[in-house]
Formats: sequence, C-alpha cells, structure tokens
Amino acid sequence: MLAYIIRRVAQSVLVLLVVGLVAFSMFRFVGDPVDNMLGQERTQADIERLRVELGLDQPFPVQYGKFLGQAVQGNFGLSYRQGRPVADILLERAPATLELAAVSGLMAMIGGIGLGVFTAIRRRGLGANIVMTSSLVGVSLPTFLIGILLIYVFSVELNWLPSFGRGEVVRLGGWTTGFLTESGLKALILPSITLGLYQMTLIMRLVRTEMLEVLRQDYIRFARARGLRERSVNFRHALKNTMVPVITVTGLQLGSIIAFAIITETVFQWPGVGLLFINAIQFVDIPVMAAYLMLISVMFVAINLIVDLLYFAIDPRLRLDRGTGAKA
Amino acid sequence: MKITTGLATAALLASTSLSANAETLRWARAGDSLTLDPHAQNEGPTHTLAHQIYEPLIIRDMSGAFQAALATDWAPKEDDPTVWVFNLRQGVTYHDGAEFTAEDVVFSINRAKTDDSGMKELLGSIVEVRAVDDHTVEFVTDGPNPILPSNLTNLFMMDSGWAEANDTVKVQDVDGGETTYATTNTNGTGAFKLVSREPDVRTVLERNDDYWGMDEFPMEVSEIIYTPIQNAATRVAALLSGEVDFIQDVPVQDLQRVADSDGLVVKTAAQNRTIFFGMHLGPDDIENDNVEGENPLADIRVRRAMNMAIDRDAIKQVVMRGQSEPAGMIAPPFVNGWTEEMDSSVSTDVEAGKALMAEAGYEDGFSIQLDCPNDRYINDEAICQAAVGMLGQIGVTVNLDAKPKAQHFPLISSGGTDFYMLGWGVPTYDSEYVFNFLVHTRSDEIGTWNATGYSNAELDAKIASLASETDLDKRNATIADIWSTVQDDVLYLPIHHQVLNWGMTESVGTEVSPEDDPKMKFFTMN
Repeated sequence: MLAYIIRRVAQSVLVLLVVGLVAFSMFRFVGDPVDNMLGQERTQADIERLRVELGLDQPFPVQYGKFLGQAVQGNFGLSYRQGRPVADILLERAPATLELAAVSGLMAMIGGIGLGVFTAIRRRGLGANIVMTSSLVGVSLPTFLIGILLIYVFSVELNWLPSFGRGEVVRLGGWTTGFLTESGLKALILPSITLGLYQMTLIMRLVRTEMLEVLRQDYIRFARARGLRERSVNFRHALKNTMVPVITVTGLQLGSIIAFAIITETVFQWPGVGLLFINAIQFVDIPVMAAYLMLISVMFVAINLIVDLLYFAIDPRLRLDRGTGAKA
Repeated sequence: MKITTGLATAALLASTSLSANAETLRWARAGDSLTLDPHAQNEGPTHTLAHQIYEPLIIRDMSGAFQAALATDWAPKEDDPTVWVFNLRQGVTYHDGAEFTAEDVVFSINRAKTDDSGMKELLGSIVEVRAVDDHTVEFVTDGPNPILPSNLTNLFMMDSGWAEANDTVKVQDVDGGETTYATTNTNGTGAFKLVSREPDVRTVLERNDDYWGMDEFPMEVSEIIYTPIQNAATRVAALLSGEVDFIQDVPVQDLQRVADSDGLVVKTAAQNRTIFFGMHLGPDDIENDNVEGENPLADIRVRRAMNMAIDRDAIKQVVMRGQSEPAGMIAPPFVNGWTEEMDSSVSTDVEAGKALMAEAGYEDGFSIQLDCPNDRYINDEAICQAAVGMLGQIGVTVNLDAKPKAQHFPLISSGGTDFYMLGWGVPTYDSEYVFNFLVHTRSDEIGTWNATGYSNAELDAKIASLASETDLDKRNATIADIWSTVQDDVLYLPIHHQVLNWGMTESVGTEVSPEDDPKMKFFTMN
C-alpha cells in the first residue's frame, strides 16, 4: 500500500513538471504582456527594458527554470496585472471557487444519484421518461447559455436572485464564506445550478445504467425472493454495487468542476480562480497563468490518487484481487 | 464679492440639505482598476477610479473642458516661455488630514517621472519642478511647451509625508519585488475616500465630507460601490434587474433593450477614439501580399482606391447599429486641428476605385493579409470582416487574421504587419499627439505607433516645431498644414469615431464624458 502511494506520488511529480514545461512553451503564443503593461505613450526603449526586467528575452526553458526555482520556495512572483503576490491573489480567490464547486458537486451527487435510482426503478414510468428527456437539455446546452437563461428568468424577469457576484461574504481567518449570509446563499443558487447541471445529468445517466445492470443480477432476484423490502434491495444491495464507477466519474468530475468553473464564473462574475485565469490570459499575466495551471494539475493528480485509494475502501474485492494477482 | 459670498452660502445650504441624503451609486463596468498607485499605470479604468480618490492640478469636466482642481490658475511665466506657473488651491487637506502644499506637487511630479512610472512619457519635457512658496509651483520645460497643462489632467497629487511614512516613495517596479503600500492604500485629496477594496470584485468609496469642493460640485453621491462585471450580457442584466444603477460599456446590440426598459436611460456621446486601418507603405516590397518585387500599398492610387472602397455608412448601419461617427481623419471633433471638411472628406465610390486600381496597374487586383484585434475595440473583428467584402469589390482580396489584442499589438510594435487595424485616442485634445505617435518617422522615442514605414523629413521638422511654438495661431496653421499632407498622402484609412454608451437608472444624472471616465462628484441623484 505504502509503496503504491509512493510510486503514485513520484509519477505525479513527473506529470506536474511536464505540465509546467508545456505551459511555459505555450505562453509565448498567448501574446506579449509588455504592450498591456505599458501605456500607449511607451517608447521602444521602454519595451526593451521591461522585457529584460521580466526575463521575457530569455528562452522559455530558462523562464520555466526560474519559475520552478522560486515556486519550490513558495514564491510564485508578482502578478503583472495587479502588482500583488500571486500566492496572495490565489488564496483570496480560492474560497469562492471551492464553495461554488462544493455546492454544485453536492447538488450533482445527490440529484444525480437520486434521479438515477428513480429512473432505474421506475424504468417505464411517465416521471422517469420526463426526467430522462429533460436530462438531454442538461447534457446538450452549453454552460454559458444555461447561465444566461437562468439570469434572464430569475434575475431580470422574476427579480428573485442576483445576476452577478457573491453577495455579502463573512471573513473567517483567511477564508471568506458566502454560506453565512442570506445574500451569499442566494448568490450561490444560479451559478451552482449552471455549473452542476451537466455533472448531475452525467451522474444520473451513469447511475441509471449501472443500476439497470445490477438489478438484473441473480443476487437481486434472490434478495427479492427472500422477501426483503424493496427499499432495502434497491438501496442496500443494488445501489452499493453501482458505486465504484460512479465514484470514479464523480471524482474526476469534481476536478473538472473546479478547473472548468471558468465559464460559469465569467458569466456570473463569480470572483473565483477561474475568472482570475480568464483575466490573466487576456492580459498575458504569465505568473498567474503558470501558478493556476500548476495548481489545477496538482489538484487533478491528487483527486486521481484519492479516487484510486477510495476503490480499496469501498470494494473489498479489489484488495483481494490485488493480493492474488501478486501471487500469480 | 458680497454677492458671491451670498451665493456660496446659498449653495452651501442647498448642498448640505442634499448631502444629508445617503445616496449610494452602484456602478459597474467591464474592467477593474489595475492598481491604486496613481502613477503606476497609464490606463483608463485605473485613472477613472483614481479620479474619485486623488486629484490632479487640472481636471477635465464631464464635457472634456479644463477645470481647476488642485491648481486655481496657471499661465506661462511672462518673461520666460519655458516656465509654467501654477497657483495652488489653499486649505486643501488629504483624507488623513495633512495639508496639500507645493512640496507635494514637486514630490508627485518627480515620482511620476521615475523609470517605473507609467506616466513618465507625458512628463518628458519637464526639466524641473520647483516650489516657489507653499502655494506656487513652477514647471521648467526643455523648451516652450504651450500644451503642458493637457499632459497634467491625469497626473495625481500624493502627500509626500504620507509616502515617506509608509515607505512608498517609489513606484512599484514590475519585475517582482515587494508590493508597495500605495498599490493597496490611498490618501488623496479627492471627493471620495476608500473604504474597502477587493481587486476585480468590489471597491467601496464614501464621500469625503471635508472635500474642498463640497459647494462647487453636486456631491450628491454619498457612497460608491464599484463592481467590475466582465461579461456584457451579465452587466446589462445587472442593470435591468436593478442590481446596479450605472454601467459603462453597454454592448451595441443591447442598447435598445436598455432604452426600452422602464426607469432606465442610455446616454451617448462621441468617444475620444478613432478606428482606422494602417498600411505598410514605406518599403519597396512587403511580406504579406501576393505581389512579388513591389509594394502595391506604396502606390498612392491604390491607397486612394482602398479609401474609396470602404463604405463607412454601411459599417455604421450594419456593424455598429448606428453607434459610430464615420471618420475622414484620425481625430474626433473636440481635438484641436479637427475640421469638418477633412472629417467628411471621403465618399464611397467603387467604380472610381476600380479605375484607380487599373491606372496603378492592378486591374486584376492583389491579395493582402489584414491583421485585426478581436477583443479591443467595439465590434473590431466585425468591422474588419465588413472591410474584407468592401475591398474585394475593387479587386483587393483581403485575408483576415483576427486575434486577441495581446497578440495583435506586438505585431504593430515590431513591424510584423502590413495592413492592420488600430484605434487612437487623443488625451491631450491636440493634434500634436496624433502626429507624434502616428505620423512622425518611427524611431525609438517618437513615431512609436507609426507602423506604416512612412517617413517625410519635411513633415517631421514641422511636427518637431509644434512642441515649442508659443504663437498659437502660427501653431494651428502648422497643424492644419501637417494634416493636409497626411490626408493627401492617404497615410491611413480612417473608419469611424467610436461612440460611448452609458446605461443608468433615471435617478442618476450625468453627461457622458468623451474619455469614458465618469467623475462621480459631478453626478446628481434624485
């Protein structure tokens, strides 16, 4: 077990280094930050001077090396755009994204599993068919369109919910939370629906398919024949056995909820790291882009690792298989 | 004198009764200020926020006209045209209570002249600033500089004592030292004080009740909540749903929607920005065309034909939905040197254009790449697409390459483009600024945005003479002279002057400023 974890961590570090290298080789194609940083009155001499100061005249492996050297000491540099330390900015923005991701992830899990079980059990019912059909909307509509539609209906027409921002936040140490105020909670509703809808339908369809598969198994028939209550059969015996693939997908999706909250955050002006990244790309704010990409890859790698470890916890057979596999 | 005092008292009474009301202005625009340091960046949204908190010696009011701010009057010294004398306003205090004096002006100008300042180019002609007494300052320039005051309208005054006490005497350098105190803290003389700020999220300001201009300006806004909203649709939705009172940058396709809504108004004015195409006409051959061994753009007949082919009215109607002023020159109407005749000089004539192309030996046309930004100006890419079709009619096959501004502008800086879109504003309201950057032969110091390769020594000499000509009539004659050469040589293809749109609730009263920089002390709220 420990050897496995160590091996996975070593692999992860390698992945991170490669991601960083690819990222730095791409930055030059994003554009040149110098023109954004100097006003229109800048002279050619200013451009040259700034380029040297920022090290942009160096080849990208050198720039990458410099970044890594500082990053291992916890220094991600200063944002070109805001002139403040990148680490501070990321820490300031992370709570917004994490809270949004947590709420939409939770919504997607509960809604997805609940509806998945429902549509599997009442496979031919009218309700299940309606849910299945409308879930197509969730899968096929692009996120920004859902966001704009929700804003139009609930903010502009009905005036129930705010169209942008995070509402009032409460500061708890280094963390800011929107969970403790009414406006903060209200502000969470539309963005988390927008962000979670796709994941919810995905989980729902997955749970349904797996459930249908499991419900056909012999042990379910035996359970029924034994006269167990329907509830117990469905949830204790059937649902539990569908969870391994569901957890894999959910875990990976949680990563993408955080990483790809970019669009939702842009539509709702949600002050998280996704919006920060979009601004950074437009400005070619290399320190912010680099730190963000590294952070996201660390997160993906970590989630993958945790998901792998969860398999062992949920499914005892895997432990057994592994053991026998090693002997053979 | 008695009468004015009486009036002032009346105004004082009126304004105190008004100021008793707490009026919050919730304000949104696309971008946020980049830094609170008033000298670090020469950039629109940054200056706009700074204008609420800090003040320059002279401001432009909402119509763009000069108005006294921290200086009460200014004039060149009688016996020496290289010195400007500024008399400072007395009894002005900073938000922390310190008094504003001549020493602060000297400090602020010198701070803004340092290498890391974004404002230093505007102050290039200043050799020395000296305090004559506590409320008189002299600016010594390297030659007579008749338009010095127009370079000072975004040059904010900081308290030297505060800067020293907080170790923020220097402007932050960009290559990654420490953040300086002034980047995140303020101490100005302005009408509003900073209460809190989260960059890109929310900035809250409150009225400075000790402001020297409490009686001179409406000062009806008691609190400003400024939230950048990047996405245009969301910004409009926030106004429609009543979550904000005032937005800048209303997208043209939503203007009607906002104007038709109950309780909302859209106000419009010509912006200080002209959109145009530049052509690499200098060299004998260019890279991005299909003509070998010669440069079609070097032929004035081709440039004239291209100018005639572009239907500016069609671009206005179709691409801009009526929100632009077709242009014949790169200067909006309020800039010194603008004439109606030059600005309406081009008319669309495809047949004449074809004839000119044939005369120049290009009856079969040629093809060329047009470089265009897609996130900088209003509908920039769509304008380029329209131009592609229009130029096609005279046989110029245009390959459009549209990309983000961060990739587009380096092409212009480095000379990697032969045909490009650019927009130009004239912050000094004087044509010399246009000539210095767009017309003068390109060098390290001057002509920095002239990517056309155009070089005319005679014209350069005339442009240089503007800087020190103190006889304004003579100077204006030279300006007219330079413009006529620029127009005759078809140096650029002007498209239009951008139009600014501000959306607001009916209770907000303001004019639209051509600089797109609302100064909230001028706003009325009812």
